[in-house]
Amino acid sequence: MDRRGSGDRQLLLWFFAVATAVKLLLIPSYRSTDFEVHRNWLAITHSLPLSKWYFDETSPWTLDYPPFFAYFERFLSVFAGLVDTRIVDLQSGLDYSAESVIYFQRISVIVSDLCLLFGLYRLTRNLEPIKRNLICALVIWSPGLLIVDHIHFQYNGFLLGWLLLSISFLQDGRDLLGGFLFAVLLCFKHLFAVAAPVYFVYLLRHYCWSGLATGFRRLVTIGAVVVAVFAVAYGPFIYHGQIQQVIKRMFPFGRGLCHAYWAPNFWVFYIILDKGLAFLLRKLGFDIQIPFASFTGGLVGESSPFAVFPQITPLTTFAMVLLAITPCLLKAWQKPQPGVVARWIAYAYTCGFLFGWHVHEKASLHFTIPLAIVAVQSLEDAKHYFLVSIVSCYSLFPLLYEPQEYPIKVLLLLLHSMVMWLGFAAQHGDEKALKKKKTGDIKSKFGIGCFEKSYLMGLVIVETVSQFLHPYFLGDKFAFMPLMLISTYCAVGIMYSWIWQLRRILT
Amino acid sequence: MPKNKPAKFSGNDNAAPASTQSGASIDAWWWLAHKGTTASFLCISLFALLIRSAVSLYPYSGAGTPPKFGDFEAQRHWMEITTNLPTIDWYRNGTYNDLTYWGLDYPPLTAYQSYIHGIFLQMFNPESVSLLSSRGHESYLGKSLMRWTVLSSDALIFFPAAFFFVLVYHKTRNGSSKSEVAWHIAMILLNPCLILIDHGHFQYNCISLGLTVGAIAAVLYESEVLTCVLFSLALSHKQMSAYFAPAFFSHLLGKCLRQKSPILAVLKLGIAVIVTFVIVWWPYLHSLDDFLMVLSRLAPFERGIYEDYVANFWCTTSILIKWKKLFTTPSLRSLSLAATVLASLPSMVQQILSPSNEGFLYGLLNSSMAFYMFSFQVHEKSILMPFLSATLLALKIPNHFNHLTYYALFSMFPLLCRDKLLLPYLTLHLLFTVIYHSHENHHAKQKTKASSFSFTNFPGYVFLRRTHFFISLVLHAVYLTIQPPQKYPFLFEALIMILCFSYFIMFTLHTNYTQWTLSSHFRSGEKEKKQI
Repeated sequence: MDRRGSGDRQLLLWFFAVATAVKLLLIPSYRSTDFEVHRNWLAITHSLPLSKWYFDETSPWTLDYPPFFAYFERFLSVFAGLVDTRIVDLQSGLDYSAESVIYFQRISVIVSDLCLLFGLYRLTRNLEPIKRNLICALVIWSPGLLIVDHIHFQYNGFLLGWLLLSISFLQDGRDLLGGFLFAVLLCFKHLFAVAAPVYFVYLLRHYCWSGLATGFRRLVTIGAVVVAVFAVAYGPFIYHGQIQQVIKRMFPFGRGLCHAYWAPNFWVFYIILDKGLAFLLRKLGFDIQIPFASFTGGLVGESSPFAVFPQITPLTTFAMVLLAITPCLLKAWQKPQPGVVARWIAYAYTCGFLFGWHVHEKASLHFTIPLAIVAVQSLEDAKHYFLVSIVSCYSLFPLLYEPQEYPIKVLLLLLHSMVMWLGFAAQHGDEKALKKKKTGDIKSKFGIGCFEKSYLMGLVIVETVSQFLHPYFLGDKFAFMPLMLISTYCAVGIMYSWIWQLRRILT
Repeated sequence: MPKNKPAKFSGNDNAAPASTQSGASIDAWWWLAHKGTTASFLCISLFALLIRSAVSLYPYSGAGTPPKFGDFEAQRHWMEITTNLPTIDWYRNGTYNDLTYWGLDYPPLTAYQSYIHGIFLQMFNPESVSLLSSRGHESYLGKSLMRWTVLSSDALIFFPAAFFFVLVYHKTRNGSSKSEVAWHIAMILLNPCLILIDHGHFQYNCISLGLTVGAIAAVLYESEVLTCVLFSLALSHKQMSAYFAPAFFSHLLGKCLRQKSPILAVLKLGIAVIVTFVIVWWPYLHSLDDFLMVLSRLAPFERGIYEDYVANFWCTTSILIKWKKLFTTPSLRSLSLAATVLASLPSMVQQILSPSNEGFLYGLLNSSMAFYMFSFQVHEKSILMPFLSATLLALKIPNHFNHLTYYALFSMFPLLCRDKLLLPYLTLHLLFTVIYHSHENHHAKQKTKASSFSFTNFPGYVFLRRTHFFISLVLHAVYLTIQPPQKYPFLFEALIMILCFSYFIMFTLHTNYTQWTLSSHFRSGEKEKKQI
């Protein structure tokens, strides 16, 4: 047993080593403005006292993550300063793009992925080998993580590793530690708060709901832990009397319903239906004003970006997310099982992605990564995951718009699909047929339905139209069309996944 | 990123082929390989393409170094020449074609390939191939387009050829498990030397090597005519494919001699070769002058017996014996020819006497190594040829293959450093090591097998190899950190060369020895087959 354990650990490292090789090779690839954002944060945290972190406006890329992430940047900046002092210089470091800064920041992401590795190791150590390795392949080699973290530039691998670690403690029944880690995660990146209701209900019911005395003691304990975490994070800023400024930075509601590139969520349909209806009504002779405000821009006074439909405010989206999560909260209340926690958390993030305010396409990682854990549980889950991970990865394509990375993103997606296909087929191999003929190819029960297959084939058409046919025939006219097409088409897939997950949770 | 999965779980153990059940507990390739060769090949080739496109993000040789730039500019210049001038002028000096500036010096198939790629570039980025004005053209789009031509050549020629080879090789070689096949595919497609030179440094070796692999597969497939056609094409793409010629020649001759009417068989193959050459060389066959003009471009004897610091016999021994001073170029030419023939003779004789598939693969390795060691005008990149034949034999000689990869890469280390490809060099080293070691039980098997060979069992061998390896590690570090003394600016290059040379010599001796010890065993094997 021991020997097998060490062998499996080796295998996990093997996955990680292969992924690391790819990540290292991707160092000179395109990097978005997020690269400069993080460099600027290194400079801010390194050269300014804590009391000025959330006030600095030297660069437009101001610090807008919670304090732990700022501390994390402060920690990194120590090494950055050793590598090249210009990286952490507030003024002369602006848009610095020497090899030193590129290598430093890229390698910092690669190293911080060790957190993901540990989270995965802890989460999967007691599973059967095939499941464990499938999860590792799906998460460590996730094309979405590679695209967003190692090309586009962010630290999602690190944060998601933290989330997986928290889930692994919940699955072990060590609720207090799981809750603690989640609280810490929230202080790293507040966007993870979408799953907070699930955590709250689950912990309340599973951890605190045991007799009056113990229950109360536990409630106090966990409350104290959470408060302590937040105190460590925000305490210094409260001390300086800056908490309002911190919160203002963290929640920039002035940003509009959609991101510049519409994330494939519910609001895409809302906007398109609004446009369509307005167009139709105008044709029918109604007097419909063309709205001045845009959905991507901030809220400009009282004007609404919608022509027909009612205005959407952050509060509406908040209510809708909460409403969408409710069924899962009820389930969590009825039967708080550690085995289903990952599914609930993934579902919560799906809801947040679909109905949230100013959602980034990158947020789809928040549910595809936890869903990978769920995917190995049954054949149905595997089929669902196959679809949703392809769609969510494809929806990230517009992030890398430069020609140089085109083959890379396409190959990443194809490879991921192929790996999933082979992996799930191996997991769900037909054992009876297998025993009969030992040598031949194994028939597998894994396969996707007609509807799903044609939907995925449709992705090829969407890609061809938006990448080749549209620029060829229309040139620069209707430049928004390709992105809108991708968003809408992917939104269908994500909506399907949401409904599927909802049904799965309820039954 | 593909590959991996253990076979150890109930029920599915049966799915793993018999060989994986014994011995080690991990069979990293099970889940990838269970669907059969085609699926695993597809998966690994996607990964291999991903690695290639990632490497192509890095700089190419001579990036931003006017006036001559490097191989990238040479290839681009050929596209410029071929798309803008009539075929007959491609090799001729003229107002528009200055042969001293990267004149075309590869056979016509390379020129046609440049023409096709040139048209592709013209479609999307006409400035990059416009006549004269595009000299030294460097742009973001131009680089991407050029990189994609290599990527597509690789995918369209090398990959299918490798697939053909793997299918045929493992059909003839009974008893290779699915995991072994997958491992072998990865070794062929993730060949770090080829990736670094083609997609980093920038060349089109994948085409000529792909055609050669196709020809090798055709030999195993027992389709001699196809072999001749494919190998003639390889020769017409890069004259360096001649490194393999002795092996093809001797093996096919040996086979023909065993047929009922040997002369007819030889004649058939001869015609296939001639027809292929005539078709490819047709534009230059109308007059003798044209033909000789092209030929003279292909053999640049004036460039000397070696260039830079290549780990072959002439260059290494020149530290002690100043060949260039002792002999004139023509006499050096004959000397090197004689040495090359002599060095490849043993393996040729073996193949003529008893042609066999296994022996043929060793023959390829030995003849290409003989050329690398002794022929005229060898580049450090030429190690690709012997290395390719070693990848095909990876399942037979895994340990030696592992070491050869290391030293073959190391011999190109100074070149790759000059091209600013240090990180891909290190990363592909890592990747190769990681994937090489994913096939645990295979090594266990190999170790027991290796004990039957006497060569590696010399008492000092392991010690020697380790010392060797240690020195090479130190040299890596020294090369990167320390400035060489002014009196000997190329001291470290020379040291690297000596180190690699000594390994290559040991390796060649070993493979030659193996090929000869194979033959007796194989002849008896064939006899048994015939009796059945």
